[in-house]
Amino acid sequence: MYPFNYHQPKSAEEAAHILAANPEAKILAGGQTLLPTMKQRLAGPSDLVDLGAVGDLAGISEKGGTLRIGAMTPHAEVAKSPVVAKAIPALAALAGGIGDPHVRSVGTIGGSVANNDPAADYPAACIALGATIHTTNRDIAADDFFTGLFQTALADDEIITAISFPAAKKAAYTKFRNPASRYAIVGVFVAQAAGGVRVAVTGAGENGVFRVGEMETALDKNFSADAVAGIAVPADGLNSDIHANAEYRAHLITVMAKRAVAAAG
Amino acid sequence: MTEKGIGAAVLRREDRRFVTGKGQYVDDLNRAGQAHACFVRSAQAHAEIRKVDVSRAKSAPGVITVLTGEDVAADKLGSLPCGWGITNKDGTAMAEPGWPVLAQGRVRYVGEAIAMVIATTRQGARDAAELVEVDTSPLPVVVQATDAGKKGAPQLHEAAANNQCFDWEIGDRAATDAAIKASAKVVSLDIVNQRLVPNAMEPRAALAEFDTNSGLLTLHCACQAPHAMRLLLGAFVLNQAEHKFRVVAPDVGGGFGSKIPPYAEYAALCWAARRLGQPVKWTSSRSEAFLTDAHGRDHVTRAELGLDKDGRFTALRVSTVANLGAYLSAFGPLIPTYLYATLFAGQYTTPAIHAEVRAMFTNTTPVDAYRGAGRPEATYMLERLVETAARELGMDPAELRRRNFVAADAFPYQTPVALLYDSGDYAGALDKALELADVKGFAKRRAEAAKRGMARGIGYSTPIEATGAAPSAIAGQLGARAGLYESAEVRFNPTGSVTVFSGSHSHGQGHATTFAQIVASTLGVPYENVEVVEGDTARTQFGMGTYGSRSTSVGGSAIVKACDKIIAKGKKIAAHLLEASEGDIEFENGNFTVSGTDRTKNIAEIAFAAYVPHNYPLETLEPGLNEQAFFDPANFNFPYGAYICEVEVDPETGFTRIERFTAIDDVGNVINPLIVHGQVQGGVAQGIGQAMFEQGVYDESGQLLTGSLMDYCLPRADDVPSIDSGLTVTPCPFNPLGVKGCGEMGTIGSTPAVINAILDALKDYGVSDIQMPATPLRVWQAIRNGSAPQAAE
Repeated sequence: MYPFNYHQPKSAEEAAHILAANPEAKILAGGQTLLPTMKQRLAGPSDLVDLGAVGDLAGISEKGGTLRIGAMTPHAEVAKSPVVAKAIPALAALAGGIGDPHVRSVGTIGGSVANNDPAADYPAACIALGATIHTTNRDIAADDFFTGLFQTALADDEIITAISFPAAKKAAYTKFRNPASRYAIVGVFVAQAAGGVRVAVTGAGENGVFRVGEMETALDKNFSADAVAGIAVPADGLNSDIHANAEYRAHLITVMAKRAVAAAG
Repeated sequence: MTEKGIGAAVLRREDRRFVTGKGQYVDDLNRAGQAHACFVRSAQAHAEIRKVDVSRAKSAPGVITVLTGEDVAADKLGSLPCGWGITNKDGTAMAEPGWPVLAQGRVRYVGEAIAMVIATTRQGARDAAELVEVDTSPLPVVVQATDAGKKGAPQLHEAAANNQCFDWEIGDRAATDAAIKASAKVVSLDIVNQRLVPNAMEPRAALAEFDTNSGLLTLHCACQAPHAMRLLLGAFVLNQAEHKFRVVAPDVGGGFGSKIPPYAEYAALCWAARRLGQPVKWTSSRSEAFLTDAHGRDHVTRAELGLDKDGRFTALRVSTVANLGAYLSAFGPLIPTYLYATLFAGQYTTPAIHAEVRAMFTNTTPVDAYRGAGRPEATYMLERLVETAARELGMDPAELRRRNFVAADAFPYQTPVALLYDSGDYAGALDKALELADVKGFAKRRAEAAKRGMARGIGYSTPIEATGAAPSAIAGQLGARAGLYESAEVRFNPTGSVTVFSGSHSHGQGHATTFAQIVASTLGVPYENVEVVEGDTARTQFGMGTYGSRSTSVGGSAIVKACDKIIAKGKKIAAHLLEASEGDIEFENGNFTVSGTDRTKNIAEIAFAAYVPHNYPLETLEPGLNEQAFFDPANFNFPYGAYICEVEVDPETGFTRIERFTAIDDVGNVINPLIVHGQVQGGVAQGIGQAMFEQGVYDESGQLLTGSLMDYCLPRADDVPSIDSGLTVTPCPFNPLGVKGCGEMGTIGSTPAVINAILDALKDYGVSDIQMPATPLRVWQAIRNGSAPQAAE
């Protein structure tokens, strides 16, 4: 690691203030991406703003059919929460399948969403469920939040405080893992809610999470695995690497979507 | 007294310290005033070095010195040595370009050390290393061995024309060509044994210290063969005589062969410590390990097997291009030659075999021994061919094998490729495997899987290997530049406990347990009273180390020989004490007894008498009870087995899961069944790794794309099935213990069984071949490109 200044603010506002004053500062949430990157000297922030002492950023609640998860809530908490299991069981299952036990115990939902890794799981849930990202400045619809590869709508001094997920009638997440990293090669989150069906894909797109409109239309008419089985997603714009080329990813999107619909029941 | 002796399933005595974090590895060692080294490494695969500017680095905080290739040349350090020479087809010697400790004028692979920064802290050394400015001019790059010999390919070494190290052959070419021509059926395959990265759990590490008073240089390093390390580094690189050079390998956390070579970093640390008169320490990061630990495999092979009309093998013809990487690693040339093509007979009576191997230099990390080292490559080729032949002939693969096995009464059996097999009952092992794997029930399991939409397949492999290297005289004829015996010293202490010194060195094999069991049985002393000492050139007089599954058969046999000397001397002492003639003394279970009487002395009493010689035949016998022995085996030994794998493939995604795995091994007599089964299971996991997960991939510019565990896929617990392992026992006649090596069988035998099973699962999809690793992507592509892609739908 390169040397850095360490801050432990007591409130999100104080954290935002430190960020504003230090353009090369980074937020430390669970650190499951940032710390390994720093250890490899691939990142060298001037300041680390540790949100660990900000008391009101963690926790799970449900109100009027909307699930609210504090940004600093670790994946393991989401996975085992009876509130999540009742409101959106697919989200609990997704959280329980992130990384490994170590990552799930320390990594946070806010950190994952803010990082917008193109192979992360949560962005697919946010898009498919029509989540709202609450920050120190405003509320941002998930559709407007994920703007590209590791890019989000967050301003430099803006901090995610919580994420709200409206409960769906039916939802499921199915992922095909990279054999080495165990990140998603393709992850498909399918959700049927009052506003219609949404199909969000992570792991595959060059610009991160995206929706498959043709599948959504088909599922709006007929929510069954058969409805998407014949829908091929073009390979253009999908990632290619030694583990999966774009054609394979395109194929897996259809297979995972089919299985997600079947799992959603 | 010997309930923990030979054959007992004793828990490994070293495991308590390992699993409780009390192991002492090199990185756990620290010395007062030690400095830390960090290496500046090449980011380019091939480049001329115009200038290395160390001025900024030298003035960085805490920096003691910065050394470069120029300093290496000025101090006249030798080139890193190669331990095995190969003779070309035309009788000339292989090309042997040098490998400088720090690059001189040119870098030839990503990760090659250019400079060494030594600072008071590890962090400081790393910070300063970033300040070393290396001005380079890039050169064209070649990474594939099959491209390296092409016209116009970039040339790596002046001393290796067309990038060729050697062009070697073995066997009778004319007879093989004729037999192939006359065969009723010829099966051929193009095979890639992909490059693997060893990934021992403990990265390499070293701590070098120099005593300016005595002139003693001490190197603590994570290595498998401390005496060989001392010999090679001292004599060839550092010009440091052995009596002033000590190498210590404490606990070593895995190696798989990658901790044999005398690496540049170890030489550099010794050199720096000697220059500075200050201890210097270095521990490899995982990222450095990926780039600089010797890699394994990397063969491209064309193989043809001839069969007569009854399915009997008539001839085997093999042509391989082996990638040696950028430089000659210590045993790089040995792996694709005498550890590879000499195994081409397998368990079969193939009468004519010819193999040729071209070994090439490329802009990649040097390649050396990796668990199995040549034998997995050979076995994979042969067992793939056999199963392909069975499929093409419509024969039961077990029956085809049985028809070609060397018969149990045909031993010793001379193969057409140099080796004399010691003993075996190959059909017996296969029968046992067929039963344990419930092959009879497979059709039902396959049908049941098909109902779930899964394609289930079964694959076999009947591997053999040569372990226990080696008869030194034969090894010498074949190009070895060292002997391959092992040494032991068995020292009785005055009050009856025993300290055993071995030249082997455990890097996970459990010698402290196995060797103590051997001594407990041989001398009839309690297992708890035996301590095993290894890994220190100052304590064990000499040794060749641990690799190639040799420690028990060679090192253990040396211990038995030393024990025999103890018993012989003990008889003389007992004869004196019991007032009998030496010829009347019998030794059994730790007691010396006058034949036909109840007059007896325990060996502990004899030891006490030897060290407190008040009543002792001093006029004819020296006091003390301490014996040394060297064991140089008369032959290799030949463990073998029968492996059966069952997989299920999800044809929609290509995802493959191993559902059952059966491994029957014959490793001769078994000292500790727990350790043997453990070795088999770990080996099988590693072989599964090559079959399905692992690949060292370079891009065209010579960058390692799989340079971390995010991309280099090691098998994980949920990738490896519960392994049903069993043993048959055919003792080896060439060592006193009757043992054969067990450390590599799992790796050698499992890989082809897995691929054969996957191909069996995919046969209805028109798939007849797949390259390793059979990742989901490759399996899906094979199904899509198969001649009957919709067969199961």
